[in-house]
Amino acid sequence: MTYKNPPTTPRQSATFDDYTLSEIRRAAATGIYDIRGAGAKRKVPHFDDLLFLGASISRYPLEGYREACGTNVVLGARHAKKPIELKIPITIAGMSFGSLSGPAKEALGRGATLAGTSTTTGDGGMTEEERGHSGILVYQYLPSRYGMNPRDLRRADAIEVVVGQGAKPGGGGMLLGQKISDRVAAMRTLPPGIDQRSACRHPDWTGPDDLEIKIQELREITDWEKPIYVKVGGARPYYDTALAVKSGADVVVLDGMQGGTAATQEVFIENVGLPTLACIRPAVQALQDLGMHRKVQLVISGGVRNGADVAKALALGADAVSIGTAALVAIGDNDPRWEEEYQALGTNAGAYDDWHEGRDPAGISTQDPELMKRVDPVAAGRRLANYLKVMTLEAQTIARACGKSHVHNLEPEDLCALSIEASAMAGVPLAGTDWIPGKSGL
Amino acid sequence: MPTFDLASVPLRDLNQALHAVEAGKNETTFEVVNPRGAHAVAVGIDAPVRVDVHGSVGYYCAGMNAEATVTVHGSVGPGVAENMMSGTVVVKGDASQYAGATGHGGLLVIEGNASSRCGISMKGIDIVVKGNIGHMSAFMAQAGNLVVLGDAGDALGDSLYEAKLFVRGAVKSLGADCVKKKMRPKHLALLADLLAKAGITDVKPEEFTRYGSARTLYNFNIDNVDAY
Repeated sequence: MTYKNPPTTPRQSATFDDYTLSEIRRAAATGIYDIRGAGAKRKVPHFDDLLFLGASISRYPLEGYREACGTNVVLGARHAKKPIELKIPITIAGMSFGSLSGPAKEALGRGATLAGTSTTTGDGGMTEEERGHSGILVYQYLPSRYGMNPRDLRRADAIEVVVGQGAKPGGGGMLLGQKISDRVAAMRTLPPGIDQRSACRHPDWTGPDDLEIKIQELREITDWEKPIYVKVGGARPYYDTALAVKSGADVVVLDGMQGGTAATQEVFIENVGLPTLACIRPAVQALQDLGMHRKVQLVISGGVRNGADVAKALALGADAVSIGTAALVAIGDNDPRWEEEYQALGTNAGAYDDWHEGRDPAGISTQDPELMKRVDPVAAGRRLANYLKVMTLEAQTIARACGKSHVHNLEPEDLCALSIEASAMAGVPLAGTDWIPGKSGL
Repeated sequence: MPTFDLASVPLRDLNQALHAVEAGKNETTFEVVNPRGAHAVAVGIDAPVRVDVHGSVGYYCAGMNAEATVTVHGSVGPGVAENMMSGTVVVKGDASQYAGATGHGGLLVIEGNASSRCGISMKGIDIVVKGNIGHMSAFMAQAGNLVVLGDAGDALGDSLYEAKLFVRGAVKSLGADCVKKKMRPKHLALLADLLAKAGITDVKPEEFTRYGSARTLYNFNIDNVDAY
C-alpha cells in the first residue's frame, strides 16, 4: 500500500484576495482607476455595534400603540424666518438629477411628501419633477454651481451649502460622458458626451470667514427666510461643526463614509473619511461646547438603514438623519427582479454600483429613456413613504421601550457598545461595563 | 430716486427694497452712498432697475444679479457679480478675487484690474477687464467670454471647457488644456461687439489673442495624465 502525501488546500492571500487581484488586472488593462457610485462597502464600526438597554426597574417604559411618542423636528430656527417643520426625523439626502433619472427624482419627492419630510436637490440644479412633487425641498448650493439659479433658490424651502460628502471629503466628482444626455448637458452648460468634472471646492470662497460672508449673501438674496444648512463630509467633525456654526449655519449636515455618491474613485470611497458612527459624538460635543446643541440642528447621514439606526443617531445627539442609498433601494434600486440584466452587466442585484455608466436596469441611475420608463413615480413614491413610516415606527418602538415620549429624548445613557472600537467612537460604555475607552467609568 | 445711506440705514433695507420692485410699479433708479466696504450690497436683484453705488464695497456685490444695471463708483471685494444671470455690472475701480465667478449670463465690466480667479467656472457670462487679471483666471470656465485689455497671470484657462478668452497683453502662462487659437472673422466680430457693449472705442479686436480649450481632457485618457 502506497501512501500519498495529502495535497495542501490552496490558500488565498488575505492581502491579495480575489477582489484585489481582479482590481489589479482591471487597472493594468484599462489605465484608469475604478469609478463607481454608492458609499464605502468595507466593514467599519457602525450602528449595528450599539445596543439599546431598554427599560426594566431603573427605567419605566411607555406602552407601545397607546402612549404617544413624538417624532416631529424643526430645522433652522436659529436665523430663518421660515424654519423647516418635519413630521419625522428622517430626510432624503441630496442626489442629483443627471445622476438620477427624472422619474426617480419625482418618486423621491412624492414619497418624502407623503411621509411629511423633505427631499434635496443635487449637482445639476432643480427640476420641475422634483419641485412639483416635493412639499419641502432643500436646494443644494454646490461647488460646481451647475444649474445654479437664484430663482430656484427662492423657490426652495431651505438652502444647503455643500462643502463635502462623506464618500469623498475633499474630492470632486466625475460624471462620465456616456451619461450626459442633451437635457443634463444643457442644465450644466457643457457639451453632451464629455466627462463632467465637479469641483472639490467652492470657487468664490475659502475658509470659514469667507463662508460666513457667503451665508450672509444667501440670506440677503432670500430675505432671511430660508434656513441655511451646511453639509460636510465626515473627516474632522468637531472642528468642521464648530466652524459651520461660527459661519452662521442654521443646520449642520454631517455625512459619514458610508454615505453614497454618484461617481467617484473606489479608492477614495473606501479610504478617505470617517465612519458615520465616529462622526456623531465629536459633532455633538462641538455643539455642546458652543452652547448650540438643539439650537443649531445636526443631521447625520451615511448608511442609515432602519429605525434602530435612526434611534441610535438621535440618542447620540443628532436631531435628524438623512438617507440616500436606502431611499434608492426603496424606490427600486438593485431590485432582484432585474437580476438577469444585472448579471449581463457583470454584477448582481445588491452589488450594482456602476451608476455613472447610465445602464441601470432599474431605471434609477440612468438617463436612458427606455430604462427610465421602468420607474413608476407614483408606485415608487408610495414604497418610499411606506419605508419612511416603517423606520419612524421602529424608532418610536425603541424610544418607548426606553421610556421616552419623544424620539429626541433618547440619550447616550440608553446605549451600550458591543466592541471597544464602537464604544470609543460612540462614547458609550462597553456592554456589561461602565467603561468607555479614553474616559473613566461612572 | 431713493437714496440709501448705508452709514445710517441697514443693508437689509436696501436689498429688501430692491427685491420688492415690480415692473412698472416702483422706482427703477436707486442710489447707494457710504457703502464703506459692506458685503452683499445689491444682491439678488431680479428686475430691470439701475443702482449706482458711490464708494467701495466688500464681498459679493451684485451677486446673482438678473436684469439690473449696477454701477460701482469705486472698487469691489471678492466675488463681484458672482453667479450673475443677466443684466450689467460695471466696476469703475479694481476688483478682488473671483470676479464674475460661475456667472451664467449678463455683462461684467471692470474698468481697473481684477485679481486672481477672475471668471472662475464662468457659465455664460461676458467679462471685460480694462486692466490686468491675476492667476488661475477662467479656471474650469465652461461658457461665455473673458476679454482682458491688459495682461493675464499664471495658469490662464486651466481645465477650460468652451469659454472663449481674449487677451490683448501678455499671458504669464497657460493652464492645462488651454491653448492659443486662431482669431477668425466670427471671433473678431464677437470681440468688437463685446468691446462696444463695454464702451471701449479706442482698442481694435485685431490686437487680441484668442485662447480656448484644446479639448484633450474632455474624456479621461491615461495617456494625458501628466496634464492633471
